[in-house]
Amino acid sequence: MIIKNGNVVLETGVAKKDLLIENGKIVKIEDSIEVGANEVVDANGLYVFPGLIDMHVHLREPGFEHKEDIESGSKAAVKGGFTQICCMPNTDPVADNKVVVSYIKKRGEEVGLCKVRPIGAITKGLKGEFMADVGEMKKVGAVAISDDGKTVKNSRLMRLAMEYASGFDIKCLCHCEDAELVDGGVVHEGFNSTVAGLKGIQRAAEDIIIAREIALAESLDVPVHICHVSTYSGVRLIRDAKRAGVKVTAETCPHYFSLTDDVIRDFNTFTKVNPPIREDVDRDAIIAGLKDGTLDCIVTDHAPHHADDKNVEYNLASFGISGLETSFALAITNLYKTGVLSLNEIAERMSGAPAKILNLEGGKIVKGGVADLMIANLDEEWVVDGEKFLSKGKNTPFNGAKLCGVVKYTLVNGEIKYQA
Amino acid sequence: MLQRKDMLGLIDASREEIYEILDTAANMKKLVRQGIKKLPHLEGCTATILFYENSTRTRTSFELAAKYMGATTVNIAAGSSSVAKGETLVDTGKTLDAQKNDFIIIRHPMGGAPYLLAKTVKASVLNAGDGMNEHPTQALLDMLTMKEKFGKIEGLKVAILGDIKHSRVAKSDLFGLKKLGADVRMYAPETLIPKGIDKLGAKLCKSREEAVDGADVVMGLRIQLERQQAGNFPSLAEYADFYGVDDKILSYANPEAIVMHPGPVNRGVELTSSMIDHEHSHIEDQVLSGVAVRMALLFLLQQYRKSVK
Repeated sequence: MIIKNGNVVLETGVAKKDLLIENGKIVKIEDSIEVGANEVVDANGLYVFPGLIDMHVHLREPGFEHKEDIESGSKAAVKGGFTQICCMPNTDPVADNKVVVSYIKKRGEEVGLCKVRPIGAITKGLKGEFMADVGEMKKVGAVAISDDGKTVKNSRLMRLAMEYASGFDIKCLCHCEDAELVDGGVVHEGFNSTVAGLKGIQRAAEDIIIAREIALAESLDVPVHICHVSTYSGVRLIRDAKRAGVKVTAETCPHYFSLTDDVIRDFNTFTKVNPPIREDVDRDAIIAGLKDGTLDCIVTDHAPHHADDKNVEYNLASFGISGLETSFALAITNLYKTGVLSLNEIAERMSGAPAKILNLEGGKIVKGGVADLMIANLDEEWVVDGEKFLSKGKNTPFNGAKLCGVVKYTLVNGEIKYQA
Repeated sequence: MLQRKDMLGLIDASREEIYEILDTAANMKKLVRQGIKKLPHLEGCTATILFYENSTRTRTSFELAAKYMGATTVNIAAGSSSVAKGETLVDTGKTLDAQKNDFIIIRHPMGGAPYLLAKTVKASVLNAGDGMNEHPTQALLDMLTMKEKFGKIEGLKVAILGDIKHSRVAKSDLFGLKKLGADVRMYAPETLIPKGIDKLGAKLCKSREEAVDGADVVMGLRIQLERQQAGNFPSLAEYADFYGVDDKILSYANPEAIVMHPGPVNRGVELTSSMIDHEHSHIEDQVLSGVAVRMALLFLLQQYRKSVK
């Protein structure tokens, strides 16, 4: 196959190139490649990115298939331009053992759209009591461990998990939230929580645990990864730690660089997410953190829910946003078109960095590399309508938003898995 | 004329709407005071009172308001209904709609619940208090009492003392009073002041004396026992000592000042007994205003319902 005349987002910059793909690999990157007998994808006017990698999604299978399953989640992923997605272990049963991890991996392969990379639990049953079988899970395909949705409350256990996992060259992905401080809060604590009369969650609830994880990583000299950073003060903690040489990496989500908590005012439960959407000062710091690399990557924290989980009182609604089908367009609209990030930086935050953090293939377009690619029109506008999502989760706070950037093709191992 | 299906909060009520409700309520209050408790305005209408929280005065106030105007009323207490069997608010709302209710009066422990219900049903929804969000009829009755005492709201100095953070009354009062041009001062333990309340127009004071200085209205807010148990302040005795209102504190106010409280009062905590029974106490007048304001609202909403039919 030849991808012809595309603007190719290479590590060195964007260049008009042809790509020749054979046996799932990129074998040639040249100004012009003879077509010959090859199938041709005309990418004229389009941009060719390394396939996007989302290192933080919830696919809900096994156990919560009414919210999402590996097939519907994979369809949503390739429509969103993702070639690899890493799914969190808070399923039922929990992915805290090799059987469940193997099942998820096998289901991903059977569906055969994007590469589904399971993340194992840090603790058995996500209970924060005993470490899960990290080595066994890694052996059958787990790419990281996380108790996402919860913080491992016991600092000693967290220390041991980070230390033990480092021996398997596998990272802990840390959900940072002090449960006592959260105390039933449902939105960011500030002016808008006061106006809406909803219980707030202060920044300190997140920052305290970010600081703990950084302290553990520094003291043990092992790596740690901070999930879905939402606070300006969290960004500052991570920036300072990185400058001091701590092996910390971090992610944020499109809703944190796109929205402020003004959106909670009409009690739309699609805005309920954990950690909560915060204020201007946080959004600005998140954007600055993405620009200077304090925040290594953009993940969706794709958290699909059934309509019934959201059509209830705000306090009772499930936390989470269905994010796979809006992530790329939000990055293009709110980070690229606004001049914050270059296309190379977008590719790095959404593909290169996750590949490096989790030791995954792909993440860049290089000769000899895997042909996981995404081709997009960056100027095409569209209006978000959650009801049209391929994900079972229609829960998006971006309904009605006009965005730029449409994924036209997603190729996994050189095969077209999605075409607009 | 009031152009709205529901009354969910004063946050989006206009000055004109508030005055229309207060003027109508003043007339209703005269009638009730004269003992006229059989009016025809709501004949043929049904009002369901759906309370997910305990209440005596608000529930009976709404029920009497509806009955005085000839409506059929139904009471649902959450514990005794299918809610206890796990029915969602949306499904409960659909059921009440299918039974052709004209009004649903809801009290709910969670902010925003009346908004969800209002979106779901054709009936007019009246918020009788939702979590920490709003209690619009309480604020309206407070304003009616103030307006009758002083002739106007504009320029009145209103001191609100107590648990501002968890108080839907304080918020609705603030929204309403600011729209009508009052000067609202607040004082509370730092742990019970919600973030950004000053941006809504409240003047945060450093002491009781500052809050009450020259005030026309001194309002205490109920302190829930569980707030002390949750550690927001050390003891009720300390609370009363530093944040309660007694004769000495009241002496800083306008000599004509009135004492108000949304009730029920913890005697000797928010207000000393001498305050509650003080000649300037308007706590009982608030109760009568409550019936009148609710009659006025039901009537005005019914007029709107008729106009769009």
